[in-house]
Amino acid sequence: MLKKHPLLVLALVAGYAFLYAPIISLVVYSFNDSRLVTVWGGFSTRWYGELMNNEPLLEAAWMSIKIAGLNASLAVVLGTLAALALVRLRKQRGHQSLGVMVTAPLVMPEIMIGLSLLLLFVAMEDVFGWPQGRGMLTILLAHVTFSMAYVTVIVQSRLAHMDRSLEEAALDLGARPMTVFFTITLPLIAPALGAGWLLAFTLSMDDLVIASFVSGPGSTTLPMVVYSSVRLGVSPQINALATIIIAVVALAVLITGVSLYRKEMRQA
Amino acid sequence: MKELQTRLMPHQRRLLMAVPWLWLAVFFMLPFLFVVKISLSEPMLAQPPYADLIRSVEDGLVTIQINLGNYALLWEDPLYREALWGSVKVALVSTVLCLLIGYPMAYGIARAPSHWRLPLLMLIILPFWTSFLIRVYAWIGILKNNGLLNQFLLWLGVIDQPLAILHTSTAVYIGVVYSYLPFLVLPLYATLIRLDNTLLEAAADLGARPWRQFVSITLPQSLPGVLAGSMLVFIPVMGEFVIPDLLGGPDTLMIGKLMWTEFFANKDWPVASSLASVLLLVLVVPFVLMRHYEQRLAEEQG
Amino acid sequence: MASMSPSPADNVWTASDEEPIVRIEGVTKTFGATYAVDDVSLTIQRGEFFSLLGSSGCGKTTLLRMLGGFETPDSGRIYIDGQDVTDLPPYLRPVNMMFQNYALFPHMTVAQNIAYGLKQDRMPKPVIAERVAEVMALVQISQLAERKPQQLSGGQRQRVALARALAKHPKILLLDEPLGALDKKLREQTQFELVNIQERLGITFVVVTHDQEEAMTMSSRIALMHDGRIEQMDTPRRMYEFPATRYAANFIGLVNLFSGYVTEHEDDLVTLHSDEAGCDLQVHHSQPLASGMEVTVAVRPEKIRVYEQHRDLPNRIHGVIEEIAYLGDVSIYHVKLASGKTIQFTQSNVQALAEQPLTWGQEVALGWSADSCGVLTQ
Repeated sequence: MLKKHPLLVLALVAGYAFLYAPIISLVVYSFNDSRLVTVWGGFSTRWYGELMNNEPLLEAAWMSIKIAGLNASLAVVLGTLAALALVRLRKQRGHQSLGVMVTAPLVMPEIMIGLSLLLLFVAMEDVFGWPQGRGMLTILLAHVTFSMAYVTVIVQSRLAHMDRSLEEAALDLGARPMTVFFTITLPLIAPALGAGWLLAFTLSMDDLVIASFVSGPGSTTLPMVVYSSVRLGVSPQINALATIIIAVVALAVLITGVSLYRKEMRQA
Repeated sequence: MKELQTRLMPHQRRLLMAVPWLWLAVFFMLPFLFVVKISLSEPMLAQPPYADLIRSVEDGLVTIQINLGNYALLWEDPLYREALWGSVKVALVSTVLCLLIGYPMAYGIARAPSHWRLPLLMLIILPFWTSFLIRVYAWIGILKNNGLLNQFLLWLGVIDQPLAILHTSTAVYIGVVYSYLPFLVLPLYATLIRLDNTLLEAAADLGARPWRQFVSITLPQSLPGVLAGSMLVFIPVMGEFVIPDLLGGPDTLMIGKLMWTEFFANKDWPVASSLASVLLLVLVVPFVLMRHYEQRLAEEQG
Repeated sequence: MASMSPSPADNVWTASDEEPIVRIEGVTKTFGATYAVDDVSLTIQRGEFFSLLGSSGCGKTTLLRMLGGFETPDSGRIYIDGQDVTDLPPYLRPVNMMFQNYALFPHMTVAQNIAYGLKQDRMPKPVIAERVAEVMALVQISQLAERKPQQLSGGQRQRVALARALAKHPKILLLDEPLGALDKKLREQTQFELVNIQERLGITFVVVTHDQEEAMTMSSRIALMHDGRIEQMDTPRRMYEFPATRYAANFIGLVNLFSGYVTEHEDDLVTLHSDEAGCDLQVHHSQPLASGMEVTVAVRPEKIRVYEQHRDLPNRIHGVIEEIAYLGDVSIYHVKLASGKTIQFTQSNVQALAEQPLTWGQEVALGWSADSCGVLTQ
């Protein structure tokens, strides 16, 4: 089909070049010896070494990983509950409003979520004395709120495409609803849960704006450190960091892709 | 099926709905009430930096002081109007640009041989998994005066003076289109791949040439996807902060960046809140549109 | 089942004093404004192979799902083996279902699928293994134990679904279009296997099907459903030979219908006049019919003979052959009567190359006996 449309091929090639040129330039210049990021000064890995000695950045990275891991796990639980409610309880009160509340965080500008949550946390501390100050906990609460919406969307589409008669068959064979959920439903939506977890993890690792609002002293996340460094101009260390992130993601995608491919081959 | 649910989960059912509902109500909806509340209060040099609406409780009388001054300021000072207009312009133009680039890409992937589709889609999603911030940062290195693009163009001889792109609106458009393109390609692809191929064959059989087939069959059928996807770009771009902050310059006024400045630099929480309230109001319309088209898509899927 | 030769006067399956395995009393189920099942009552005897037959949307699947516990009736009661199960959830009912799309758990092997129900009863592991092996042998899939459902052919999946539903030794096995997904050849072969398994295990089978041939081949009794109601409930033979309504007559097999009115009813012989047939017709009918009553006479095409060869037939009509459809074993002739009505009759093609005695445009006289047709009052 595509062969007949040279224009489409051109659009694809140009589109992908646009998407990948910046990423490739990041990687290439991370091995640049020169401090001036865009002037080639010979191959070097010195920025990786400096990155490894950048204490504040490493600390922030560790903070981000902790938050992202907790966030992803919580978001998967809440997102799955929301997806189940949306797919299975269409006649229940609150279905319509839950649908709106799940869609809105997907598009709501981060700055709105960040500002509004900060105001909430301030007011809550004023009234209940909780959450005390702002830090890891408030970032976590904020991240769970918007990343659970993404998990919901992923799990929801998997649930909607799931054959309901599978669960009916399990009920018919004597399994109680809870057993059906854990032995049939959960294993069948597991891939969506995995994808949701990874996405929630990434979203949390990536967030600058919301964290900037709801973080406190001692809870600086990786994007916040990157941002303050980037504001001052280009920095080869950031290129090195970007390359590491890209390598990790590419590796994860490659492993998933290969295992998917193998699975398909085995079943075919 | 609803019958079954009623009988099988008498109270679990209520719990299942209540837990995510309450979480989102408390941490997503409720905060906006506070945004509106703070937007009606007066700024103060204090911690937190605003005066409470409820001033005094004396003799059982509650005095509530509402201050519309922040909104008056937004109305009077052209800076805010320009910022709002700037956001609308950037969001609108970049949505159109995303469509112009994204539609042919989505169409190309949908028409590609089936074993190509998954890798092509993965390549669209892949950048999304790497840091957004870092990808925007990459453009600084490309667009700045002695950056890669200018070096390349100079080397080609197309220009003999480096172009000033970084810190202009052009850079913001490039950054926005680059960051939000996948958000449009994915839903568009999903719509296009579901398109019944026999419809095109029927059109061809009835004498329509390829271009007519596209205009009369594919395009109208994909319209709900186009509109839903467009809102997916338009709405978040309206409040975008990182891209105008890193790539934009003095000529790019956007409401998100202004909110950030009011909040962090000027410590004027009430004005930042009133800006947020206005933005929220503006975003309701495209959000309702998006929900409408998404539900139409869901219905068409059956 | 084959031993239950049905006789018109006495029906083994309805005349029993024993408590029926299924008793459905006045069950109604609506979805919105439509009546899926409308005041249905029926009983099914132990060991029956009972079919719910009807076109799509007639309510047969809803009725089956109510037996399985997947839908609750709006009104009416359902008893299984004397126990009121109307409000019992599926997992507490002594019935198992074979789903239309088989509903095999894709993340489990064949053996795990079959063991699933037994595990829910917390049976000891060796017992489960034994049962699984036994039931896999019964449906001849022992060699597939470790396969995943995706690795099976359609026919194999059907067997796994059957094995899984049988493993728990249910009192009733519910089958929703059990052969619907199989191709024609495999379907015919599997029909007999299902009947064999049912006879061997003695489990009551309740089958939903839209295929009248399938229902006729396998069932001890058929309930023909239409618009949520039971149109007729009978043995396959009586269903064919003595349809109760026009709908039943049309649904199963080919039929010629003549409308007319009763002129005489003597003993069990009814005489009526039909303008469509262009003559008086005689039909055996035991129920009294009033003179002048509007009725319909139903005659199956294979009951109609060429008059020259059978001069003793009381019902005689004349017409012109319009069409001949050669089907191999038989030929179907379309004959246009003087009234303008077209009827069909069939003749066996006994000789391979003999010249056809009947040709297009030929005038024929046709006849049938008084006991090879029926009177329909609805």
